[in-house]
Amino acid sequence: MAHEAVRIQRGPLGRLLERTGGGLVQVIMVLIALFWLIPTLGLLVVSLRDDAANNSSGWWTFFTKPAQLTFENYTNLLASGFTSSFWNTVLITVPATLLVIGISSMAGYAFAWIDFRGRDSLFLVVIALLVVPIQIALIPIAKLYGFLNIFGSIAGVVLFHVAFGLPFAIFLLRNFFVGIPRSLLEAARMDGAAEWRIFATVVFPLAKPAIASLGIFQFLWVWNDLLVALVYADTANQPMTKALQSQMRQFGTNIDILSSGAFLSLIIPLVLFFAFQRYFVQGLLAGSVK
Amino acid sequence: MSSTAPAPGGTIAAGSADIVETAKAPRQLGPSPKMAIGFLAPALILLVAWVIYPIVYSIWRSLFGSNDSDFVGLSNYGAIFTDSSTLTTIRNNIIWVVVAPLVVTTLGLIFAVMTERIRWATAFKLILFMPMAVSLLAAGVVFRLVYEQDPDKGVANAIITTVHDAFASSAGFPGARPRENDQAPAALQGGAVVTKGATTLVPLVGINPQTLASAAQAGQPPADGGTVWLDVVRGGGGAVNQIDPQEKALAGLTVEALSGGKVVATATTADDGTYHFPGLTKGSYSVRLPADNFKAPFGGLTWLGPTLITPAIIGAYIWVWAGFAMVLISAGLAGIPRDALEAARIDGATEWQVFRRITVPLLSPVLLVVFVTMIINVLKVFDLVFIIAPGSVQPQANVIALEMWRVSFGGGGNQGLGSALAIFLLILVLPFMFFNIRRFRRDEG
Repeated sequence: MAHEAVRIQRGPLGRLLERTGGGLVQVIMVLIALFWLIPTLGLLVVSLRDDAANNSSGWWTFFTKPAQLTFENYTNLLASGFTSSFWNTVLITVPATLLVIGISSMAGYAFAWIDFRGRDSLFLVVIALLVVPIQIALIPIAKLYGFLNIFGSIAGVVLFHVAFGLPFAIFLLRNFFVGIPRSLLEAARMDGAAEWRIFATVVFPLAKPAIASLGIFQFLWVWNDLLVALVYADTANQPMTKALQSQMRQFGTNIDILSSGAFLSLIIPLVLFFAFQRYFVQGLLAGSVK
Repeated sequence: MSSTAPAPGGTIAAGSADIVETAKAPRQLGPSPKMAIGFLAPALILLVAWVIYPIVYSIWRSLFGSNDSDFVGLSNYGAIFTDSSTLTTIRNNIIWVVVAPLVVTTLGLIFAVMTERIRWATAFKLILFMPMAVSLLAAGVVFRLVYEQDPDKGVANAIITTVHDAFASSAGFPGARPRENDQAPAALQGGAVVTKGATTLVPLVGINPQTLASAAQAGQPPADGGTVWLDVVRGGGGAVNQIDPQEKALAGLTVEALSGGKVVATATTADDGTYHFPGLTKGSYSVRLPADNFKAPFGGLTWLGPTLITPAIIGAYIWVWAGFAMVLISAGLAGIPRDALEAARIDGATEWQVFRRITVPLLSPVLLVVFVTMIINVLKVFDLVFIIAPGSVQPQANVIALEMWRVSFGGGGNQGLGSALAIFLLILVLPFMFFNIRRFRRDEG
């Protein structure tokens, strides 16, 4: 439809632009897209070449000599015990995501549909907490975990992620719940349904898109976290990000492990992203632009 | 999405006066306020214990030294602004805040407008948006590879050297030099090779013959010129200062004929190392090979060195976030009434005027949100700096969030200073906290 508008009135320069511009825009956009693809493609190809190949020539030579590709790095990586950090990532990410969804939908429901004194001020506090940097909690929570004796454990990492995921989660869900037609809730309340039942049978199912958005956000945020794991997870409980970070010091000699490990760590987020990108974008829009 | 929805008990508060009114309003059919406690309890406990209590504790802790019984008053905050390493982090954070949000927002706007003109917009958006799903650690590893110094490993330098070589030839032979003895017909003069007497033969050494394995054999000097060649036979043998059969030519070198210190003719050596000065009248000349011939080839930029490290990491950051900005701005663009744009075009406005005068002003709320989100994000930047900057360059690339971790957990051993840095970071984001609250109140009002 934009093209029709463009055709309405053009000066000579405009006509020239329209004739050549279409092609030019295409070329520029292809170049930009390539620019964004090349770094990740590089990581993938490097992870599929052995050390000798990576040390002697650029990864782009695989375009002319595809025979050099091998799964050697991946077999070595899996043999080196990387799988345990993969499971740690899963054990941290799944509970942290489910807990945030459960706790924030309850809180969001209260903020949206239960009338209590100080509700609006309290919600403003939640909004204020949206931007609090996690650095503020690193030292105090380390002390707290020492006291609770969960320093280094998976539970400590999970709880930290849940707490810092809550402000955004409550904000997102409360805003969604407010938009649910009031008549639906009133009808259920007329029937004498308990508040817990209304929450579980009316609101929760209606809110699936919002919960999906929140779920994918929280999942990616926790899966990709490095800082929290760096501080609170000990070596036995470390997720992939921390395991890979500890290899960074010898970047030059560890490129086989680092490239294959980094690529493995981003496969699941990428699959999720492509499968649920609609919800991802919705969550982004609801969280940032209103 | 929520601004038009009715809320129980009247309108949602838009200010403190309304909050009181809401609380007093007659309650309709609905749950008792006490129910709220049950629904809110888990969230409130976690938020108080993990977020609010730490803010209070950090303020208190920041008044003590590395030992938490050493009261030092505000001197940790003083240290932030006097210590040279923390001053570097502040300087770097300022560079980040000035550059990154502006570039990300601008690129997002350009990409959003341009995607409206291609048919494969969805694919384009997915490609640019993809880095958002990837961990910053993985993005850091990706860019460590991109920025490798060796143009045969790092794609950034591979591209730069290819482009550079296309415009400036660097077919020289770094390291090539004449023999340093009296019999040698040429000698070094300020980096250039100049013949001593009336000779046209320029034998050079200093290059591994193996690297010239595919070069042509050196040819005999022509009448109107001479030969430049590598006066070394692979495996030994051969006569010094004479062209032997297995000796290789040095092709592509610039050769100048000098007379009385002036350049009177220039030539380039051919594949067999010979050069010709066809138009030159008989006389006494010396031959000079300018220093440019022996310079090391351009090896690209030292991305991960102390000077370029922050721009290099900002480049990686832009790669991660430009897609985010584009998607938000695209959504804003979709909400602009097409009539306004078309009316302006019918009135004869150029495409650029439409963009400047209509599109950008209508998009300004979205642009502001993207810009502010980026500033908040940039203030806390940690992973990319930590991963991309090699250990030796980290002091030059350091930022506040990284320094806070380093000082408290990464071997610094001073949680008093760490707490002060955390509070400093919190103070930096405070204006945006109020921005968010004000925006929310306006939207709900």
